[in-house]
Amino acid sequence: MSKKLQWRGFIVLLVIALALIYLTPSISKTLPSWWPNILPEEKIHLGLDLKGGMHLVLEVQTQKAVESHLERMVEDIKYSLRKAKIRYQELKRSSSDRIGLTLIRGEDRKAAEEMAANNFPDFAVESGAFGESDLRLELVLSQKAQQHIKSMAVDQAVETITNRIDQFGVAEPDIRPQGRDRILIQLPGIKDPKRAIDIIGKTALLEFKLVDEDNSLEEALKGTIPPGDEILYQIKGEPGSQRKIPFLLKKRAVLTGEYLTDARVRIDSQYSEPYVSISFDSRGARLFEQITGANIKKRLAIVLDAVVSSAPVIQDRISGGRAQITGRFTMEEARDLAIVLRAGALPAPVKIIEERTVGPSLGKDSIDKGLKSMITGGLIVILFMVFYYRFAGILADVALFLNIIFIAAGLAFFGATLTLPGIAGIILIIGMAIDANVLIFERIREELRLGKTPRAAVDGGYSKALVTILDANITTLIAALVLFQFGTGPVKGFAVTLSMGIIASLFTALFVTRVIFDYLIIERGMKKISI
Amino acid sequence: MEFIRPGINIDFIGRRKTAYLLSAAFILLTLLLLLFRGGLNLGVDFASGILIQVRFSHPTTPGEIREALRSIAMEDSLIQAFGQKGEFEYLIRVSESDIELSGLSNRVKKSLDGMFGEKNVEVRRVEMVGPKVGKDLREKALFAIFYALLFMVIYISGRFEYKWTMSIVMAASLAFGVYIISELGMSIIWLIAVALLITIGLCWFLRLEYALGAIIALFHDIIITIGAFALTNREVTLPVVAALLTIVGYSLNDTIVVFDRIRENYRRYRSRDFAEVINQSINETLSRTLLTSATTLIVVVCLFIIGGGVIHDFAFALLVGIVVGTYSSIYVASPALLIWRGQLWEGGAGLSGRRGKGS
Repeated sequence: MSKKLQWRGFIVLLVIALALIYLTPSISKTLPSWWPNILPEEKIHLGLDLKGGMHLVLEVQTQKAVESHLERMVEDIKYSLRKAKIRYQELKRSSSDRIGLTLIRGEDRKAAEEMAANNFPDFAVESGAFGESDLRLELVLSQKAQQHIKSMAVDQAVETITNRIDQFGVAEPDIRPQGRDRILIQLPGIKDPKRAIDIIGKTALLEFKLVDEDNSLEEALKGTIPPGDEILYQIKGEPGSQRKIPFLLKKRAVLTGEYLTDARVRIDSQYSEPYVSISFDSRGARLFEQITGANIKKRLAIVLDAVVSSAPVIQDRISGGRAQITGRFTMEEARDLAIVLRAGALPAPVKIIEERTVGPSLGKDSIDKGLKSMITGGLIVILFMVFYYRFAGILADVALFLNIIFIAAGLAFFGATLTLPGIAGIILIIGMAIDANVLIFERIREELRLGKTPRAAVDGGYSKALVTILDANITTLIAALVLFQFGTGPVKGFAVTLSMGIIASLFTALFVTRVIFDYLIIERGMKKISI
Repeated sequence: MEFIRPGINIDFIGRRKTAYLLSAAFILLTLLLLLFRGGLNLGVDFASGILIQVRFSHPTTPGEIREALRSIAMEDSLIQAFGQKGEFEYLIRVSESDIELSGLSNRVKKSLDGMFGEKNVEVRRVEMVGPKVGKDLREKALFAIFYALLFMVIYISGRFEYKWTMSIVMAASLAFGVYIISELGMSIIWLIAVALLITIGLCWFLRLEYALGAIIALFHDIIITIGAFALTNREVTLPVVAALLTIVGYSLNDTIVVFDRIRENYRRYRSRDFAEVINQSINETLSRTLLTSATTLIVVVCLFIIGGGVIHDFAFALLVGIVVGTYSSIYVASPALLIWRGQLWEGGAGLSGRRGKGS
């Protein structure tokens, strides 16, 4: 055999061997124990549309994180003002990025500005409408600080959600920030999407707030809410016949879920109803003891995401840092609540802005139907080619078969994901890959008709078809690459299999079948081409 | 074996007027349909909204489903049967953007569970796209179309004429035009329209005849495929856009093969009438054109019939696109080359029977 042909044959066999090695983990059920040590064990990833699962995009309401940061800063500023003996008439968050401060004495202005500059460098001080002599100051949170808070909120939300999902138990979840304020969550094979959404979407902001018993709830409901108070509701009864019970609460939370170290489901021995028992760290425990000690016989509301879950009367000072959250939970609800409390609150509420769920049965259906159409279409094409081109048709069929192996191996090699449109891409390639062979075979036929020898005809056929084949495939490749760049999930899968298919079919049509032709004609002295 | 005998000589060019009329009629029909229907039927990907695919364990009518949805004030949803007969599968669709979409799928599931019993209802697929995401996806899809066209145009203007400087001129003009438009803050639709006008204008003034022919055929194919979607009122979703871009690639692929042969024959038979050269080239590549289209069609038809509901519209787009693409590379792209020779309508016909068989 000629040196050149030997080399080409060797390359073809090498590529096929490599493809088979990459394909083995996806096909065989068990790999020999030595396999993972030296050879790849990566399987072909199936997309959510084939495996079943849930794809969510959340939008973190980062502006809310900025606002709650400002609310916290108000408390800090209050403390600083008191320390600096500056008296003020009003101090509160006045818009989404600023805190308004109204002083009582004009001469405090300088001191207040100094205090702000020294203690709160993130804020810029702006004067009110009357300039320097005005009693009103505006503390504006800098853009940079806002950006920082927002990106921190997203990072923290990702971490919290990751924790929750881990505890909920999902195999191979994918949770990552996307863009400025979005989080992409992919949960393959999830059985109960509804619960997953509940667990992910709950802010789980746990707050303990004292019930304001000095002021009248009736008055407040009529519209005159005392300063520093708010009305929150407790929801009772079954869905459908729910009652909302109002509570007048002190706005400031005396304790939050921040200090929580654990949350467990317990069963109430009396009513055999589940409840969630929470425990605080030492600092939280101390705070809790202080608060309960100072407010005996008063009511303390446990508020979860701005809904009162219960408001028991404090019977005694509670030490040890334990509390119970009761509510008429089902076992599942209690378990999920414990999960979200353990994982901590989201820094800001999230909103689901995209949800795509595919049930496992539909995913399996899609695989079955996709494979069925691939096999049916493939068989018809294979038979057709043999029928039309005889022996050369068999060569084209071999090339086709190799194409599919190369695409599958390519998926495993690049760790790409196979989706339903991806399967469609493979099916499309079965039809289109034939094109390169058809172009070559038609040219060879033309050359043969001109009376050329088989060897010359094959040479001529390949060289004349080459440019056209490259051109024709490049246009499709351009389309596929653009799709890859702009496509999402399933469509990306289509772009991947399509471009892999194009590259594979170029290789098989221009290289593999050529080697076989040359071998038969040059080495075996084939006199007549069956084409 | 051969379907198309060598030496076949069908007078395609002579029949170009009929083809023009046919194509014009289809394009006009598409435009009228779009005008009449007020645009395409956009799926949840682009229009935003929610789509829920539900399977029931026993026969259920849309009326019953509507009744169940009444409890959550969704009785106005679009409910349509889906999948094969005897599978009791339905699509429930709401495209109102004023409805709160977060958690809607849960509410729908609950109301269906309440009416039919939890065991009898299987939610197989939920696709909820919020207004912001819908807008993002619309933009993304349009940008994908824009860039695909941009790259194709640059490639073919260079490649068909072997005038790569031309393609650089083309790319530069396009980049400039697009830059101006985006500076003016106009929408992406305008971006595409302007890019198109620039392209066609440049092809005209630079006499890039092959490129122009290919582009005309390309738009012909895309417009008619879109028309098929308007006619059947199918939903345009993300995969359908992917199919459209694939058709762009496929349509060019077919055109390139014919054009390559025309160029080859044109060099060989300088003295012959150009229309005759075109006709001969089409005939010489006819076997390949039909064969490739046939194999591709076979697999796409399989996908269309067996592939299942989720992939149905995608396969439909490919099906139409491949048929139209094959037709256009013969009847639209090649005759378009005659524009420059003043033979778009008249002349160059009467080639029939010169060589071999055919009519």
